[in-house]
Amino acid sequence: MTHMTYEAVIGLEVHAQLLTRTKIFCPCSTRFGAPPNTNTCPVCLGLPGALPVLNREVVVMAVKAALAFNCRVNPLSIFARKNYFYPDLPKGYQISQFDKPLAEFGHLDLEEDGRPHRVAIKRVHLEEDAGKSIHDGFADSDRYSYIDLNRSGTPLIEIVSEPEIYSPAQAHDYLTRLKVILEYLQVCDGNMEEGSLRCDANVSIRPAGSPTLGTKTELKNLNSFRFLQKALEYEIGRQTRLLQQGGTVTQETRLWSTTEQRTFPMRSKEEAHDYRYFPEPDLPPLVVDTDWQGEIRAGMPELPEEKKQRFVAEYAIPAYDAGVLTTTRALADFFEETATRSGNPKAASNWIMGDLLRDLKEFNLDIESSPISPVQLAELIGCIDSKEVSGKMAKDIFEAMFREKKPARQVIREKGLKQITDPDAIKTVIEDVLVANPKIHEQYKGGKKATLGFFVGQVMKATRGQANPRLVNELLRARLDG
Amino acid sequence: MDLNSLTARKIRGLIERGEASAVEICRAFQDRIREQDPEVQAFLHYDNDFALEQAERIDRMKHAGEPLPELAGLPMAIKDNLLIRGLRCTCGSRILENFVAPYNATVIDRLASAGAVFLGKANLDEYAMGSSTENSAFQPTRNPHSRDHVPGGSSGGSAAAVGAHMAVAALGTDTGGSIRQPASFCGVVGMKPTYSRVSRYGLVAFGSSLDQIGPLAHGVEDIAGILKVISGKDPLDATSLAVDVPDYAGGLGQPIEGLRIGIPREYRQSGVSETVRTRIEAGLKLFQDLGCDLIEVDLPHTDYAIATYYVIAMAEASSNLARYDGVRYGLRIPGQGDLSDMYRESRDAGFGAEVKRRIMLGTFVLSSGYYDAYYLKAQQVRTLIKRDFEAAFQKVDLLVSPTSPTPPFRLGEKTNDPLSMYLSDIFTITANLVGIPGISLPCGRTPEGMPVGIQLLGKHFGEPVVLKAAHAFEQAGGFAP
Repeated sequence: MTHMTYEAVIGLEVHAQLLTRTKIFCPCSTRFGAPPNTNTCPVCLGLPGALPVLNREVVVMAVKAALAFNCRVNPLSIFARKNYFYPDLPKGYQISQFDKPLAEFGHLDLEEDGRPHRVAIKRVHLEEDAGKSIHDGFADSDRYSYIDLNRSGTPLIEIVSEPEIYSPAQAHDYLTRLKVILEYLQVCDGNMEEGSLRCDANVSIRPAGSPTLGTKTELKNLNSFRFLQKALEYEIGRQTRLLQQGGTVTQETRLWSTTEQRTFPMRSKEEAHDYRYFPEPDLPPLVVDTDWQGEIRAGMPELPEEKKQRFVAEYAIPAYDAGVLTTTRALADFFEETATRSGNPKAASNWIMGDLLRDLKEFNLDIESSPISPVQLAELIGCIDSKEVSGKMAKDIFEAMFREKKPARQVIREKGLKQITDPDAIKTVIEDVLVANPKIHEQYKGGKKATLGFFVGQVMKATRGQANPRLVNELLRARLDG
Repeated sequence: MDLNSLTARKIRGLIERGEASAVEICRAFQDRIREQDPEVQAFLHYDNDFALEQAERIDRMKHAGEPLPELAGLPMAIKDNLLIRGLRCTCGSRILENFVAPYNATVIDRLASAGAVFLGKANLDEYAMGSSTENSAFQPTRNPHSRDHVPGGSSGGSAAAVGAHMAVAALGTDTGGSIRQPASFCGVVGMKPTYSRVSRYGLVAFGSSLDQIGPLAHGVEDIAGILKVISGKDPLDATSLAVDVPDYAGGLGQPIEGLRIGIPREYRQSGVSETVRTRIEAGLKLFQDLGCDLIEVDLPHTDYAIATYYVIAMAEASSNLARYDGVRYGLRIPGQGDLSDMYRESRDAGFGAEVKRRIMLGTFVLSSGYYDAYYLKAQQVRTLIKRDFEAAFQKVDLLVSPTSPTPPFRLGEKTNDPLSMYLSDIFTITANLVGIPGISLPCGRTPEGMPVGIQLLGKHFGEPVVLKAAHAFEQAGGFAP
């Protein structure tokens, strides 16, 4: 038995559903959740005689993604048929791209322990999604499967990395960044649970430092970030034990089982495919000339990394904060609007990174459904900055705004939370407090200056926290020492 | 009414002048079908009420004083691989025996708007795979000129319906000669347009890069009229092109003096029968008499054309026919076992021998390890063949050849010899590989009285020249209807 150190080599194949209104080759809606087989037509049902026509919007979205992944977009790419029989594949072939994909030679930059790590992206290509087979939930599910072709023809891009990812954590980081970029571009909603983002992984291990690749296995059914990481950890462990025990890795497709928390081989029959790719004769080559590419590039939004750099420079917030605030485009937009409206970026960042994200998490909400809008948060920050409310009061106001979905000023009015900054009003309260506590007043006069804190507390209590604490301190001192 | 001499223009004239109604004309053809078709067996199925409704619509337009569309009342047979909404579309196959089309092919929409009346669906070799219509799963069609002979194929039903005057015109489809060869066998005119000229939407695909829909009729004028209606860009077919559609019929009747006609040297060696050769020589003489220059040209890659064609056509067919899997429509044999059994048994019971042969060969040539040697090589040779034609068309305006090397053969004569059946496509398949237009028109008869066809091939989108020459030829040769 040898105990060599091994390193993992991982390549990821990511399928992303594009957010076009209609399908890739027909005008059917891509809306999720319609009754089965209603978003269909002769083309996506694969009826005899029907022909595909490419949706230009699909190309626009795919080119945006390709450019964001730093790919070279091929001026001419070719659709190909991938032939295989499956009941939810109505034509008996999937229209995809093979020899000449939409784009090639890209990369995605990761960061690990502050060090940059670049993963090369081999290709980005266009293809259509298949329908869905439903194997359970029907009275006769023991004998029949049901097919829903609503998804058939939904546009996908496949993003294939080179095997340049070396740990499950790196894979997680790669997929996260990829997802964020797609979301920023608004070309994919990135929902792994619903299948709009899917990931397969090719994994092999090799003696640490070896330049040659080991035999790989392909992992499927990784429909969450957590499963991706767990499956990779499991599979790397399995391969390592195999090699350490003198065995060999078999090249095969393995499925991740969430219930058993392990990978197991797919039936060999299911993977014995010869796809017999050949150019799709029903579609002319896709031409994306320089003009069109330039037009698409001009319509691209700012990407996460650029936005982060800009936030640091423009709003003078720490890089860490800028990183968190640019995790999603919606969050970044939320921050930017709050910062601009309030004129206080630092406060905006603190509120969002602290209270807002905590509360959203507690109520399992995302930023898009935040009960507090950027306008409202900016208003609250304005109230603090103008000393209308104290920082402590603001915390309570924030909670009320969040839970009761009311704007700041309404909460302040309703709860009578407006800060008391009128010295005469505070002086009256101070007199009342002194009269009510003659003994302690005596102690103070006797030199026990620490009792000041007691009086501050009493004044604040009497004003239900609304008195400006700085003013209370000042006036108390003047009264007691004067 | 003399059905034998009717043309689209005459029919429109009769209706326009009130000499006959569209319904009367339609009924006359329905009577003719009832009388003739039990023997000819050109139609797979027809819906008389459906046809009469279309004819009634034309009559209502006439009564309302509306202008009649260009093909008003034209009784047509439609090959049964073209979809007409509400009618079955069987493709001559058991697997689609009960398939009812849920939508119209684009050509059907266009013809309907132009006032055509669809009499019924015409027989064909299963999935258009064959040259005799004997591969139909339902019935053989007989040649209207001799019941012992085949009508050619695969559009044999369309050609026989027109040849027997059971329809004035028909639509066929041509993947390797399937309009032109049956037109020649049945003594009618048939044209395969330039690839991308006519939308393929609603044509059940056989070889997608080769298939084109085209008209069959008695004279070039009707071919021109129908072609104008069905041509043009279709947003539903990405391979259709937005090239202007000229008034094809308007260009007929021009002199063709000085036209350069190419005679491919290689075609002389290709086993042309003596009777066909005699007729074609006479045809060439006729072109010479009309003032054309006959020029010998070389098409050096002709020897590879058949192999190239069958590799590509079968590869595409194997993929195009994958959708007939018994899952959503068409024949399903549940089988005793799992999903693969259902696929296997449905496809085994649903497809005939020739279709299975082509699916298997097509699957083979696309398989990993063989793709480069077969499919890829065939595409490379296809490019060389295209170049041959480009070079030839530098020197000539048209190419002329026999449509088929032999006159119509007898039923059963070639059914056990698929290779000799494939070889008879030698003159027609190149037009599909290259994508150029071709027409077959009558060029006399054999001593036994069987029709012989002559083929003219033109440049891409060269339909006007092809039609003009064909028209001059039929007028001068006494072949016009």
